[in-house]
Amino acid sequence: MYAPVEWLRDLVQVDPAATGAEIAAHLVRVGLEEEDLHGGDVVGPLVVGRVLERTPEEQKNGKTINWCQVDVGDANGTGEPQGIVCGAHNFEPGDLVAVILPGGVLGGDFTITARKTYGHLSAGMICSARELGLGDDHDGIIVLTDWFAGQEDALAQLTPGTDLIPLMGLDEETVEVNVTPDRGYCFSMRGIAREYALSTGVPFTDPGAADARPVAAANDGGHAVRLSDGAPIDGRDGCDRYVARIVRGVDVNAASPTWMQSRLTASGMRPISLAVDVTNYVMLLLGQPLHAFDLDRLNGAIEVRRARAGETLTTLDDVQRTLHPEDLLITDNGETVLAIAGVMGGESSEVTETTTNVLIEAAHFDPTTVARSARRHRLATEASKRFERGVDPAVTAVAAQLAVDLLVEHGGGTVDDGVTDVGTPAHPVPFAFDTTLPTRLVGLEYPRAEVVATLEAVGCTVTDSDPTGNEVTVLPATWRPDLVDGPDLVEEVARVRGYDEIPSAVPQHQGHGLTHGQLVRRAASTTLAQHGLTEVLSYPFIGEELFDRLGYTADDERRRTVRLANPLQDEAPLMRTSLLDTLLDTLRRNVSRGARDVALFEAGLVTRGDNPTAAPTPRLNGRPDDATLDAILDSVPAQPNHIAFAAAGEVVSAGVGVIPRAYDTYDVIGWSREVGRVLGAELTVTAATLAPWHPGRCARIALPDGTLVGYAGELHPKVVAALDLPARTVVGELDLDVLTAATGAPTQARLLSTYPAANTDIALVVDESVPAAEVEAAVRSGAGGDLESLALFDIYRGDQVGEGRKSLAYRLTFRSSEKTLKTSQVTALRDDAVAAAKKATGATLRG
Amino acid sequence: MSGPNTSYDPVEVAALEPEAIEQAVTAALAAVAAAASLEELKSLRGAHQGDKSPLALANREIGALPPSAKAEAGKRVGQARGRVASAFTARQGELEVERDNRILVEEALDVTVPVTRRRSGARHPISLVTQRVEDIFVAMGWEIAEGPEVEAEWLNFDALNLGQDHPARQMQDTFFVEPEGSGLVLRTHTSPVQIRTMLREDPPIYVLCPGKVFRTDDLDATHTPVFHQFEGLVVDEGITMAHLKGSLDAFVSRLFGEGIVTRLRPSYFPFTEPSAEIDCQCWICGGTNPSCRTCGGTGWIEVGGCGMVNRRVLAAAGITDEKYTGFAFGLGIERSLMLRHGVGDMHDIVEGDVRFSAQFGMEI
Repeated sequence: MYAPVEWLRDLVQVDPAATGAEIAAHLVRVGLEEEDLHGGDVVGPLVVGRVLERTPEEQKNGKTINWCQVDVGDANGTGEPQGIVCGAHNFEPGDLVAVILPGGVLGGDFTITARKTYGHLSAGMICSARELGLGDDHDGIIVLTDWFAGQEDALAQLTPGTDLIPLMGLDEETVEVNVTPDRGYCFSMRGIAREYALSTGVPFTDPGAADARPVAAANDGGHAVRLSDGAPIDGRDGCDRYVARIVRGVDVNAASPTWMQSRLTASGMRPISLAVDVTNYVMLLLGQPLHAFDLDRLNGAIEVRRARAGETLTTLDDVQRTLHPEDLLITDNGETVLAIAGVMGGESSEVTETTTNVLIEAAHFDPTTVARSARRHRLATEASKRFERGVDPAVTAVAAQLAVDLLVEHGGGTVDDGVTDVGTPAHPVPFAFDTTLPTRLVGLEYPRAEVVATLEAVGCTVTDSDPTGNEVTVLPATWRPDLVDGPDLVEEVARVRGYDEIPSAVPQHQGHGLTHGQLVRRAASTTLAQHGLTEVLSYPFIGEELFDRLGYTADDERRRTVRLANPLQDEAPLMRTSLLDTLLDTLRRNVSRGARDVALFEAGLVTRGDNPTAAPTPRLNGRPDDATLDAILDSVPAQPNHIAFAAAGEVVSAGVGVIPRAYDTYDVIGWSREVGRVLGAELTVTAATLAPWHPGRCARIALPDGTLVGYAGELHPKVVAALDLPARTVVGELDLDVLTAATGAPTQARLLSTYPAANTDIALVVDESVPAAEVEAAVRSGAGGDLESLALFDIYRGDQVGEGRKSLAYRLTFRSSEKTLKTSQVTALRDDAVAAAKKATGATLRG
Repeated sequence: MSGPNTSYDPVEVAALEPEAIEQAVTAALAAVAAAASLEELKSLRGAHQGDKSPLALANREIGALPPSAKAEAGKRVGQARGRVASAFTARQGELEVERDNRILVEEALDVTVPVTRRRSGARHPISLVTQRVEDIFVAMGWEIAEGPEVEAEWLNFDALNLGQDHPARQMQDTFFVEPEGSGLVLRTHTSPVQIRTMLREDPPIYVLCPGKVFRTDDLDATHTPVFHQFEGLVVDEGITMAHLKGSLDAFVSRLFGEGIVTRLRPSYFPFTEPSAEIDCQCWICGGTNPSCRTCGGTGWIEVGGCGMVNRRVLAAAGITDEKYTGFAFGLGIERSLMLRHGVGDMHDIVEGDVRFSAQFGMEI
């Protein structure tokens, strides 16, 4: 909403010295958001110039410029003609133009200097409308006699050297504010002026008050209007008040007065014709959108009704629109569609150059009806914007009266005596209000008198229903449909006093700190980062074909997810079911940006499963019943916390004192186990076959009881190829919720033995197919409780052990908690271990 | 050892002459002093301390002396051998120190040679800022609450007093889950976590709800369709806007610097009444620099929205006892990160380039 300062001064007593910025600050204080400040940024000398000579000179670049001699009176200090280069051609010698002289400043802090250009010293500039911030016109320069056409006062002042800044209104500032959805009334100068008055305490006279001007009383002689809404939304009639006024014999093509044009321009609207300008002007002033019909193009009564199936309307923007049964229509006798109520009119009844008799519509339409129509037809208009947020149902007749008065005043003609005003608008509902509520809810003392005075200032009627107690009855203003309960009024009291007076007090509470799950997630991420991985974030959106590329079978559970109706990209409509789905993309991006050695991880939620049953969306009316609430909560698919990692290239690159080594399967298995270990969980590793991993290089990571935690290993070469990843990319993904559930009990410490440790080495030969984990498990069980640690330090394959076999060399460390072990005892324990391994895996002791 | 010299001839025992002994000692001390290395010193031992050394020979002669002369000769030779031995020991010590020092010098490394044996990792700064924000509120006695990203529409909108016709519920703002009428969306804010918390727990409630949220914006320098928020919710007896302001002031002073405060401006949100925009004092210029790039010279930076929880929202979550009031606020993590750390382009935050995270390490 644009609020020209000049207009605001007309409505409320603005301090004459107040700048636009100060006025904006006052409006912001009470809840309008400052968007911008326009005007006031052109600094003179900007004067009238008369072109004496205009010499076109063709340039090497094919462009023709004009070398002009311009009489600027005494404004240049010498009275001599000013030499100026001008690129425009829409003027002739003798024309009066707008000249900015050296030292002047145009918008955007562009300072004018005398400068050498096209072989001349150009001492100033002849301005276009756009250069002066007066519109978008940049096709040519302003010819002042055209600019001020019809404005005798201004034309009389056009002599060379006259200061144009006040004449062109360039000293006028306009404050642009954002209006929040609850303050529909601020889409009017009436509302802005009221807010300014509230903020500053200056008196305000309401231009929309019932007694602001004489309003002709409704009678039966007006144009017939029928309100016949057969399908109200939420029980509210689509139109609950319709005022129709008629002006006959008006010259709709007459120019609207300069003051009105300049106010419209300053408000961001283009002056068009008297009829259009008047309806716009009244809307800007009072917030009541109006529509002007060509009376002679109407055949019967105006009927307001919902659309019927198949009806269409060609709107003023020349688009034929198929109407929806919820669209509220203005129709001619119920038949021809004239307009979508409160949104946009149609071509068939538009006021044209030949119109002489005009019907002015001022109506009150249901906000929901208008909002839905505007959205459905993608037509956000000045009218719909206001109706959606609520128009004052009490201003209807005043607005119509002002419109017909202005039409007659500036376009002649006569107003019909017949005045139509039908419908019964819903009135605001009074409610009880405890005047201590502002103090209790804000934490700042608001005396009762202040509370009542503020509510009255915002337009409410306050009745002292309980003179001894704190309760009053508040009837909200007709333009404040947002005021429906106590807290709404508290905001009024608080904002008028000023939010900056609210004190600062920290509420005291004792909490329980982070949960175990939160600590687990922090520890997991920290661990991976400490192992040299870099955390990244990726968007969770994927395409279905990714599952094929990852090699998932048709019935893989990881294909079950939710699909977005309006995805960011059509090719990625699904939510990821694994973090790797999108982490691999990030890995590829890093590689394509030149990173050869990359180790990444991401922690986050994944979606597992779709929503078999739709979630109910009951209308808000307190807490839903348990069954409904359960249905809502149960419809949300499972979204466990995962952590995933992917690496390619070398762990460390060759360098001084560094042996390079590529990332491999054991790195990702190691990270998996390390994440478990820092949480106090000893994770087990078994061989597995699962897409997208290499069938021979995939580890299933599990809790000691076998519960799956995740998988880690090298990607299948086909997946690497399909996703264009570096060869031998290794990846893993763990379910942190499983780890959270399995951990958290305090770790119990073992008593440390101070007896000496004894080491002994064994080499066990087994079939190649026997997993090391099985051998280790057997050795551990055979070695018994005095085995302190076991380390596999070498695997040998070759002639000495034979084809298809391997030798696993272990160092066993024994330590008793009760005594020093003798060599013979250690040997016996070792033999037991070997025997157990032999029994379980067929291992033989290598000689 | 030799036995007593039975064919004693005093004339032949010249080795016992004081001059001869002194000469042997002088020769030994000179040789020891001249020894330049431990090896050289070791090689001298035979000549000056060995069995054939002059002093050893002299010692052997003592037995041939008449008893009356043995004591004096013994004393003389003993003292001489003692002087030589201590000279050797002393020199040995000196040379050992020299050797040790030389080895340390020889072993010196150029410690400026860059040797990287382990790749450095890093957390994403969004995670680090989130953690820091969490820690600030946990220190104030709050708890951290979380919830799903694919969320029930009722929890994301209706329960927050965002009715069916609210503009935020349109396709141009919200990701909807198929099929139409599924009742699921990608949460557009972490407010549904507030509702879940209030449905689950009775007041007093002091929770911070950080998390990933989704809006159908295109990615550009300042927007991303997937971003992170933290929302606060307090519901307790006697909670006022002053408590809201106090909590926000405490928070910004801990994240942006001691003495930094917030400013509230009246605004509108369906889920709060009264509502306010939150401006944070510019921690770069404090409003003193008219051309400050962080605040644009205004001294204030808009960081989020807040207000007193709308009673309809409390009621939706089952809190109907009017003795309870509450406040809520919401701020953006990305915006905090960009402002606090001068991140100029949103692309860097969301594209997962390791070079971005690597700048921040593990603590910010």
